Amino acid sequence: MTGTTPDRATSHRATSHHEGPAMPTYVGMPSFPSAARAAVADTRLRGNLAHATSTIRGRRAEAVAELDDWAALRESGKQIKDHVLANLGHYLRMLEERVTAAGGTVHWARDADEANRIVIGLVKATGETEVVKVKSMATQEIGLNEALAEQGVTAYETDLAELIVQLGDDRPSHILVPAIHRNRSDIRDIFLRSMPDAPEGLSDSPAELAEASRRHLRAKFLSAKVAVSGVNFAVADTGTLVVLESEGNGRMCLTLPETLISVMGVEKLVPSWRDLEVFLQSLPRSSTAERMNPYTSAWTGVTPGDGPGEFHLVLLDNGRTATLADEVGRQALRCIRCSACLNVCPVYARAGGHAYGSPYPGPIGAILSPQIRGIGSEVDASLPFASSLCGACYEVCPVAIDIPEVLVHLRARAVESGPRHPLERTAMNAAGWTLRSPTRLALAQRAASASRRLVGRRGRIRRLPGPLKAWTDTRDAPVPPPESFRAWWARTDGGRTEERDK
Amino acid sequence: MNAREEILGRIERVAPRRDAAEVAASYDRIARDYLRRHHDDGVLDLFAERVADYRAMVRRVTPDELPGAVAELLAARPGVHAVPDGLPAGWIAAADAAALAHAPAVADLDGMAGAVTGCTAAIAETGTIVLDHGPAQGPRALSLVPDYHLIVVRAGQVAPDVPEALERLDARRPLTFVSGPSATSDIELSRVEGVHGPRTLEVLLVEDGGR
Amino acid sequence: MKIALFVTCVNDTMYPGTGKAMVRLLRRLGHEVDFPMAQTCCGQMHLNTGYRDQAVPLVKGFAEAFASYEAVVTPSASCAAMVRDSHARLVPEAAETAAKVYELSEFLIDVLGVTDVGAHYPHRVTYHPTCHSLRMLRVGDRPLRLLREVGGIDLVELPEANECCGFGGTFALKNAPVSAAMCADKVANVRSTGASTLCSADNSCLMHIGGALTRAGAGVRTVHLAEILAATEEDPA
Repeated sequence: MTGTTPDRATSHRATSHHEGPAMPTYVGMPSFPSAARAAVADTRLRGNLAHATSTIRGRRAEAVAELDDWAALRESGKQIKDHVLANLGHYLRMLEERVTAAGGTVHWARDADEANRIVIGLVKATGETEVVKVKSMATQEIGLNEALAEQGVTAYETDLAELIVQLGDDRPSHILVPAIHRNRSDIRDIFLRSMPDAPEGLSDSPAELAEASRRHLRAKFLSAKVAVSGVNFAVADTGTLVVLESEGNGRMCLTLPETLISVMGVEKLVPSWRDLEVFLQSLPRSSTAERMNPYTSAWTGVTPGDGPGEFHLVLLDNGRTATLADEVGRQALRCIRCSACLNVCPVYARAGGHAYGSPYPGPIGAILSPQIRGIGSEVDASLPFASSLCGACYEVCPVAIDIPEVLVHLRARAVESGPRHPLERTAMNAAGWTLRSPTRLALAQRAASASRRLVGRRGRIRRLPGPLKAWTDTRDAPVPPPESFRAWWARTDGGRTEERDK
Repeated sequence: MNAREEILGRIERVAPRRDAAEVAASYDRIARDYLRRHHDDGVLDLFAERVADYRAMVRRVTPDELPGAVAELLAARPGVHAVPDGLPAGWIAAADAAALAHAPAVADLDGMAGAVTGCTAAIAETGTIVLDHGPAQGPRALSLVPDYHLIVVRAGQVAPDVPEALERLDARRPLTFVSGPSATSDIELSRVEGVHGPRTLEVLLVEDGGR
Repeated sequence: MKIALFVTCVNDTMYPGTGKAMVRLLRRLGHEVDFPMAQTCCGQMHLNTGYRDQAVPLVKGFAEAFASYEAVVTPSASCAAMVRDSHARLVPEAAETAAKVYELSEFLIDVLGVTDVGAHYPHRVTYHPTCHSLRMLRVGDRPLRLLREVGGIDLVELPEANECCGFGGTFALKNAPVSAAMCADKVANVRSTGASTLCSADNSCLMHIGGALTRAGAGVRTVHLAEILAATEEDPA
């Protein structure tokens, strides 16, 4: 991947404009096919991904099969989220009112820059220069860590996988397990190289690596005054925020510091507390294949004598309202970030997460990134095509996002957005013209049949010209038959004359 | 225009504002054909089994056996144990008083061996215990910072499944759902116990024998 | 029953043997099948590549060509899924015709009510269930139920059968390295079965996997489900 990763710090500054870049870290990424080509050739990466995803795939299937009402949970999850999206303004106002009443402060951010400015302002007001962070997709999306660094504030990621990514000066490649592209020995090497207090003789046993992370971060947790978190669910009618996690780093961040700043996309709402009865069943099983994740924290504003005395909630748009405006595409906003679609995706397993050029990789990323960023860049225009449309993602989605449907819809938007592939457009127009008329199709078939002696040997073609070479690089192509089916049908009266001759 | 008005404006151009009664009526039409519980019988057995699946120790005791069990488990972990306000005195009556710190300051927790608390509810299906950090449970830090957490769960607190457990909770209180010890799946997507939260979780399930 | 064969543009042009097998099989089961010459293509390639405007006239043409039939049967799960899932969305008037379209195994089992079609195919066969047959049409094990009744067949299970072969239409060209990597894993699984025939309900996936099998010199031939079901002792495939 060397050479394809833009300089993160400079790319942010270089692209700042009044609306702000949607995902500053990822500006200037190569298109999916060229990034994926490099990833496919990396056998170690493919091995790591194949191992991890095949492990979780089987376990998810077992965890889901244990509940015989899974289909009903999935349908309810879908309907709850659709109801929220149809009444988003209502529920956002309600959330704002309830959070404020419980002692929190609510901020609104139109885009990444605005969200970053709000968080920076809040951190600066405390006088602190360090924050601890619990894994958050929204802050990855807005490039908060880089924005804080420019202002002299150091953000410490505390989730083990995020820590691995941060210490390795790397980018996340999976929603749930951002360091999925690293195996245990890679992680040991990163810790030994970049963790100042890594124990000598650290082995690659996962338990020892987890222990090293515990020791490394403990002092930070105990001394941190400011924490930044994401949000899994915001309950509108109670003003309650909910974070699901495994390690306890979330609990540390949400509990020990004096100031807590949570950043959430405006779509993360559920109407009522009881709605969690659906998602607390469907999310852990879809995500880590557990009946329940080790820790879930819920808090409402501030509680005197327990936890942070100051709580800020930043509500982030950053392309979500534009996504909401697309009738087919808006279902992507149902996503609860479980990552089941990544784990079953055959394309993700071979291309890896970095090829998607976004903190949201995999099938959900392929429909989310081009919508929240817009189909402007090479990578965003290529993402809707980063799928064989096999449908495995839709099948496992706990909120029934029809990802293949949205991909096909976005492909049309990508094609309509500009003349990216003039040759393809010419070929598609020519094919369309031919197929609109049975007469023209028959003529084309006769031409193909006439060419069969020229193009192939022993029934196959080993090399095709132009863009079709991509096919014959690894696969033979079939030679056209002596006559098409329709020619045979016409010649033999649907085979009747052949049968009479027998 | 400020950000709030602009975002709400963008939203309501797509999804026009409706009055609260209309929204409520639409909310009531959401299909909820899922089960309220997956198991009717053997709820306590199920709870014990599911907690143990997370590699947490579960022991079932009668009310009379509880003080002895608490004392025994704490004694096995030398050091001082944090005890929250409101913990029934009887629970720790047999424990070594010198090894208990009542409602310690957060700053003192890192040096302690463990914490013993009650809970507010539990979920059999998922092996989950919920603390609302009221009496007998302490503030959130108390059962987070020490490396060992002993929870006393009364049989009546165990709900069969997630929906019924959520009904018992007050969302306005801080809540912590605990399902086994701290763990991570971040290395090759395989579960490993023990990262930042308590690495050892032990549960005493108190059954009111005969009732 | 007035039955039409929708042979699909790919089979019409490249795999006429599959269309002939459909005719032979249905005739043997006592059903005459018509081939409306006005048919061309369901529009899937255009729709799935982003050329929605080019797909629309093809959908209209499809609906007109097949409007007068009681049932339309096709040897492609992928095209059947395109017609049933997408035609009405693109052209609302196409809904009525779209609802009458069946993939071969659905037609045999659900409409004609047969699983033993009297076929004979004395070879070791493994079956690849295509993604669209599994996850869009949801044909389930219908093709396998038909294959199990074939005389003389040695049907062996394909490991990781439900995994995509990597074809995906223009995906095979646009993301050729990923597509080829997926195909390589499929080929390895096919070879591990020791089968001499790879069967599927879609020739486009078979073209993809078969192209890699011949390139590797695997000695495994690819045969459409219709051709196995049409084969008999007197008239082998």
